[in-house]
Amino acid sequence: MDDTNPPLVEMTQISKEFPGVKALDGVDFMLQRGEVHVLFGENGAGKSTLISVLSGLYRPTSGSLRIDGEEVDLRSVHDAAKHGIGTVFQEFSLIPTLRVFENVYLGRELKRGPLTDRRAMVEGARTLFRDLGFEIDIRRRVSTLSRAEQQMVEIAKVFLAKAQVLILDEPTASLTEKETRKLFAFIAKAKADGVGIIYISHRIQEFREIADNISVLRDGRLIGTVSARDTSEKALVELMTGRAIDQIYPEIGRQSDGRTLMTLRQMHGAGFHGVDIDVRAGEVLGIAGLVGSGKSRIWRSVLGLQPIRSGTVTLNGRDVTHAATRHMLRGGVYYLPPDRKSEGLQLAATARENIKLSLLGRAGMAGRFGFVAPRRIKALADKIGERVGIASGHMGRIVSKLSGGNQQKVLFGKGFGEERDIYIFDEPTVGVDMGTRAALYRLIKEIAEAGKAVVVISSDLPEVMNLAHRLLVFSKGRVSAELTGAEIAEENVLKHFFAETGIQS
Amino acid sequence: MTIQSSQTRDTEAPRGPAILLAAIRSVFLRVGVLPFFLVVSLIVFSLISNQFLSIQNLTNVARQSVYLVLVSLGQMLVLITGGFDLSVGTAIAMTSVVSALAMVALAPLMPDMIWLVILLGAGAGLGAALLIGCLNGLGIAQFDVSPFIMTLGVQSVGAGIALFLTGGVPVAGLPYDFGNFFGFGRVLGVPVPVMIALLAIVAIWLVMNRTKLGSHIYAVGGNVRAANLSGVNTKRVLFLAYVLCALLASLAGLLLTARVESGESNLGGTIALESIAACVIGGVSLRGGLGRVENVVLGAFFIVLLKNGMNIAQIGSYMQMVLLGSLLVLAVILDQFRYRMLVGES
Repeated sequence: MDDTNPPLVEMTQISKEFPGVKALDGVDFMLQRGEVHVLFGENGAGKSTLISVLSGLYRPTSGSLRIDGEEVDLRSVHDAAKHGIGTVFQEFSLIPTLRVFENVYLGRELKRGPLTDRRAMVEGARTLFRDLGFEIDIRRRVSTLSRAEQQMVEIAKVFLAKAQVLILDEPTASLTEKETRKLFAFIAKAKADGVGIIYISHRIQEFREIADNISVLRDGRLIGTVSARDTSEKALVELMTGRAIDQIYPEIGRQSDGRTLMTLRQMHGAGFHGVDIDVRAGEVLGIAGLVGSGKSRIWRSVLGLQPIRSGTVTLNGRDVTHAATRHMLRGGVYYLPPDRKSEGLQLAATARENIKLSLLGRAGMAGRFGFVAPRRIKALADKIGERVGIASGHMGRIVSKLSGGNQQKVLFGKGFGEERDIYIFDEPTVGVDMGTRAALYRLIKEIAEAGKAVVVISSDLPEVMNLAHRLLVFSKGRVSAELTGAEIAEENVLKHFFAETGIQS
Repeated sequence: MTIQSSQTRDTEAPRGPAILLAAIRSVFLRVGVLPFFLVVSLIVFSLISNQFLSIQNLTNVARQSVYLVLVSLGQMLVLITGGFDLSVGTAIAMTSVVSALAMVALAPLMPDMIWLVILLGAGAGLGAALLIGCLNGLGIAQFDVSPFIMTLGVQSVGAGIALFLTGGVPVAGLPYDFGNFFGFGRVLGVPVPVMIALLAIVAIWLVMNRTKLGSHIYAVGGNVRAANLSGVNTKRVLFLAYVLCALLASLAGLLLTARVESGESNLGGTIALESIAACVIGGVSLRGGLGRVENVVLGAFFIVLLKNGMNIAQIGSYMQMVLLGSLLVLAVILDQFRYRMLVGES
């Protein structure tokens, strides 16, 4: 390393507080030219906040940031771009209604006099895509592109800005094996050109191939920076979680002769084609797959949240194919939506009120003349709160002021309002800290061992692999593999993520 | 992927009706409901009366549609950003009242410079509308008030001021040349209002298709957060959209004032509904991000054509309100389908 050159990026004692949460706590981070530096950590560990600070989205509460040795104060993404920091966010910054080349040049339009120079932009975008090796028609509307193609557009956008720092947030999450290879080839090329790259990923197996250094974050603090070459995967996971893997996931007993409670037959709809699934009592059924694989949408259509084109759904032997959502819920199905803020919770109500809402229809809760019996309901809500582990002081607080973990507990609590037979958890622990996760997994264990059917849909591969007795892998709207017991292993699952054709069951 | 497979299924056997259906589908996706509405109304009205398709009548429609075209262009800008403007009628009324009052007040002071009086009067009218636009833009862009409430409120404020200034009585005594030129005049054989509308159409087309502001307006409506992440100053874009909308309405207000030769606080009463209808029928999505200038112009033309046809068919003005309102709702329903087919779940 050359001592005369300051590091490309130097972040010193960066802290970021949100009301009630300390998202970053005195983090130091350094990036050299031509270095690929991985940020590793749980959801909610602070990785996203850290790169948001560096890309100008958030301003740190305290701490300093130097680019090329010069102290800077980044006030916007635009500001960061001027300092050569380009970010490919997980949530794409593309406008679906615009064409590819318009998106690439958005905010940096080429002009000839007062007017924009469309011809030059088309030419420029074409050259850029050719140089990058992306085969996408630059005149297509972004809404018609696949997720992987959208990501390429996103990357192209950053490269157009001549970034000297490239931040990639989970770039391979939606890419196929082949596309991932291509991406790694760029990273190597960009690295050789002296670009510094910050790379966020959960895929440990990628690190050795591309990374120089790995910084591990947990609960907003930097746990350590290690060399990618001499650190084992197991050591990384233990650094990340702060405990050994087997302490997080409980052993869940399986009922071997569980009745089939729900069947899906030849289901077709937006995002899935010809899917057959049996849901059995006393068993945890895991559902894995990439974003857009249909793993989530099929359950949404079972619940009546999106249309079913053809196929049948039966619940306890009854045909419930096009049943309205409320009928499915009354029929003993609980559905935990993946986005608790938009679909799960009444954000302006207290935790107790949220749980109470699920109790109103329950038998025995009605008082005289069918009016609600407030005291009885409150008592039961508090009992449920206790069961899911919400501190009693939190029950009266507005839900939006609670931490993500507590919010998720409230959401779980809503499932205990009535006796259910089938629990469908879509992303049960998204944005939840490790301690709460372990608690939620224990709840799932209790439910399954009480003889209920549990479906866990998750993008978090270790989670779904460790919880499931039986694992279905979705690929392109079909079930590409059904794995049980020892077959549930990471390379086995990943292999089927990109399968082209479905298996016959 | 799904769309592809369902398309191949639809077109497996290329029979006559299937091809027709596919053609209808593709026109619907590209342009929206306008071509269908246009064809149906042309057929119906030409069956009812043989005057309807006469050159004289169509020229008449073209001249009458100038005002709605101008307002619809402005309305289109804010619709594409994902909002709407209910206060365009108020911008017209304010322009009319303020410009008329200014001209009437200034005319005796400088009787020899009547064109300067007209210029200053028009400037005052545009200034009044500019104020309305800034108010809307400020509330919506800076303070995050929903466009519905903001423009509804401003609509009431402006209408109140216009009535207060005039006491509800039309302002008479405008310079003769104002009405004579901007209301009834011709340049190179083309009526002046039509000429001005044509210039405005070209200008707005350039803005939307060939300037940074235009692409940013589309971007803000397509996805505000993504636009922000791309370095677009979204607040400024929203603000400018509302200002431009008010100014275009104001231009229509000036031309209308010249036409009726007096300043009236009740001008533009129904124009908010009609301009939104013209845009939606012309394929502007209420969800923002989509819409083309040329189709909006046709949409506005269609609305005026429809009213003209209904007059010829002797449908009373009360019934016309019923039809127009229903048509707007129908167009919005069809727009939902279109948006889902275009952007929706694949």
